[in-house]
Amino acid sequence: MSAMKKAVLMQGNEACVEGAIAAGMRFYAGYPITPSTEIAESCAVRLPQVGGKFVQMEDELASMAAVLGASVTGVKAMTATSGPGFSLKQENLGYGCLAEIPCVVVDVQRSGPSTGLPTSPAQGDYMQARWGTHGDHPVIALSPASVQETYRLIIRAFNLSEKYRTPVIFLMDEIVGHMREGVVLPGADELIINKRHISYHDGANKQCYHVPEGQYVPAMKPFGQGERYNITGLAHDESGFPTGSNAVAGALYTRLMEKIDHNLDDIIRVEEYMLEDADTAVVCFGGTTRAVMSAVEEARAGGMKVGMFRPITVWPFPEARLKARLHTLKRVLVVEHNYGQMLLEVQRVAAEKLPVAFLGRYDGTVITPSDILAKLREMEG
Amino acid sequence: MRYEMRFSGSGGQGVILASVIVAEAAVAQGLQTVQSQAYGPEARGGMCKAETILSRDRIWFSKVTSPNFLLALTQQSLDRFAKDLAPEAVVMADSSLAVPADLDPGRVLRLPILETARDKVGKVMTANIVAVGAIGKALGLFSEEALYEGVRRHIPAGTEELNWRALEAGAALVSDEQAAAFRQSLD
Repeated sequence: MSAMKKAVLMQGNEACVEGAIAAGMRFYAGYPITPSTEIAESCAVRLPQVGGKFVQMEDELASMAAVLGASVTGVKAMTATSGPGFSLKQENLGYGCLAEIPCVVVDVQRSGPSTGLPTSPAQGDYMQARWGTHGDHPVIALSPASVQETYRLIIRAFNLSEKYRTPVIFLMDEIVGHMREGVVLPGADELIINKRHISYHDGANKQCYHVPEGQYVPAMKPFGQGERYNITGLAHDESGFPTGSNAVAGALYTRLMEKIDHNLDDIIRVEEYMLEDADTAVVCFGGTTRAVMSAVEEARAGGMKVGMFRPITVWPFPEARLKARLHTLKRVLVVEHNYGQMLLEVQRVAAEKLPVAFLGRYDGTVITPSDILAKLREMEG
Repeated sequence: MRYEMRFSGSGGQGVILASVIVAEAAVAQGLQTVQSQAYGPEARGGMCKAETILSRDRIWFSKVTSPNFLLALTQQSLDRFAKDLAPEAVVMADSSLAVPADLDPGRVLRLPILETARDKVGKVMTANIVAVGAIGKALGLFSEEALYEGVRRHIPAGTEELNWRALEAGAALVSDEQAAAFRQSLD
C-alpha cells in the first residue's frame, strides 16, 4: 500500500472501536461511563454499518455476561468501561477465564476509588487488571500510549484473546482515550487478524474441552450451530461437565496458567527507548509515556543518560526483559498515575540490584515532563 | 516549534469543538497535532477548557502547560487562564470581557466574537465557529480548504451556509496588521 496515506484526526476511544472492527469485532454490549463513553457511542453507530450488533445493557454485570454469551456463539465481542464498571465486570470476567471464552474488556481508567473524579486521568486499575477477579487465573493486559497505537494494539488484543482463548484486558486511560491525534489507518492487507480456531467435530474425540497434543487450548465449538455441549464456571473435565476430581481440576488450572506462562515471548511486547547507554531507566505505561518521552528527550539534550522502558503488554509483567537491562543501569524510576502499582512489579524484579525510585500522582492532574526532570535531577544529585 | 493553544469558555459554547476543528485543519495541513479537553461532570454551564498543540515534529507530552495562545469567551475563563501563559503569548478574548489587571493589554486581541455570532451571523451558538475563523486568519497556518473541511466534518448537514458565514465573519474581525503581529508569537 502507498506510504502516503492521509492522516485523519481521531480520538483514542474512536480508534479503539475502529481497530476492534478491523479485528473482526461484531458484538458490543456495555453500559456507558466516562471516560469510556465514546467507545459505546462509536460502536452504536459503527456496528450496524458492518452487520454487527450493539446492545446497551442495564448494567456492567449484564454487559460482561452478554459479551461472553455472544462470544461462545462464534462472534468476536467487546465491552468497555471505566474503573467503577470494571469492578462490576470482575465476576463474569473470571468465568470467561475458566470457561476459556475469548473477548476483549476495555477499561479507560479514571481517577480514584469508587466514582472518584469521573473526568480525570489515572492508572489506578493496574493491579485490578491482574487480580480483580478471584482465584488463580490467567491474564493478558495491553496498554496503548497513543491514538495510533490504540488502533493497532486493540487488534492484537483480539488476536491474543482468540489464540489463547482468554479474556484480554485493554487497559487505556483518560489521557489516551480522550486525546485526539492524526492517525494513518492501515489497509486491511497490512493487518494480521487471527481467526477463531473453530472445531465442529474433533474427529475421534468429541470432547468440547479436549486439548490436542502439543496445543494449549481446545478448539472452540460455536454454540447454537448444531452441537450441544456444556459450559460451566465449575472446574470441568474435557467433556465440559463439572468434575470433583482434584487431579482433573488441578490439571485444568495448571493448563490455564501455562498457556500464558509458556508463551511469554509471543505475548509480551515492550518499547525500549535510548536504553543502550542509559544510567537511568524510566519505567512507565499507557498515557504517562507521553510525559516520560518528553522528559527523556529533554534530559538527553541536557546530557543526562536517561532512557525509557515501557511495557506494552502490562500483564504478564515483562520481567525477563527488564532483568536483561539491569546490568547496564544504575537506577530505575517508575512513573505512574497512581500510588505505586507497577512500582511493586519493578521492585520485585529490580530492587535487589538497583535503587528503584517512584514518581506518582493520583489527584486527577497529570504528571508533567518538568516533574519527571526534577525527579531525575534529584536522583542523580 | 511547539505551539500550545488553550480554548476556554463555558460548557455549551463549543470551545472543545473549536479546538477539534483547529486540530482537524492542522492534520489536513500536514502538521502534527494533539487535542484534548478538561471539563467537569456538568454538561452545560461549567468552566470548560480544551487544548490543541501544533508542531512540525512528533508531539509527546499531550497537555498544555504554558500556552502560546488563549481563547477566552467568558470572564471567568479569562481571569483564570491568563495566569499561566507563556511570556510572548497572545490572548484572543471576547470584547465584552474586562482585561484582568495581571494581563498586559498589549497582548490581548479583543474581538466582538459573541456579538458577531448573535447579530451578524444570526445565531449566538456559532460563536465558536466565528472564533475559529478569527484564529485561522490570525495564525495563517491553514489553507481555506483545510479550515472549511475541519468545520464540515463536525456540523450537522444543512447548517453549512450558516457556518461558512460564521467562518467568514470571524476572519473579517482580524485585520492584516493584527494577523501579522499575531504571527510573531508563532516563532
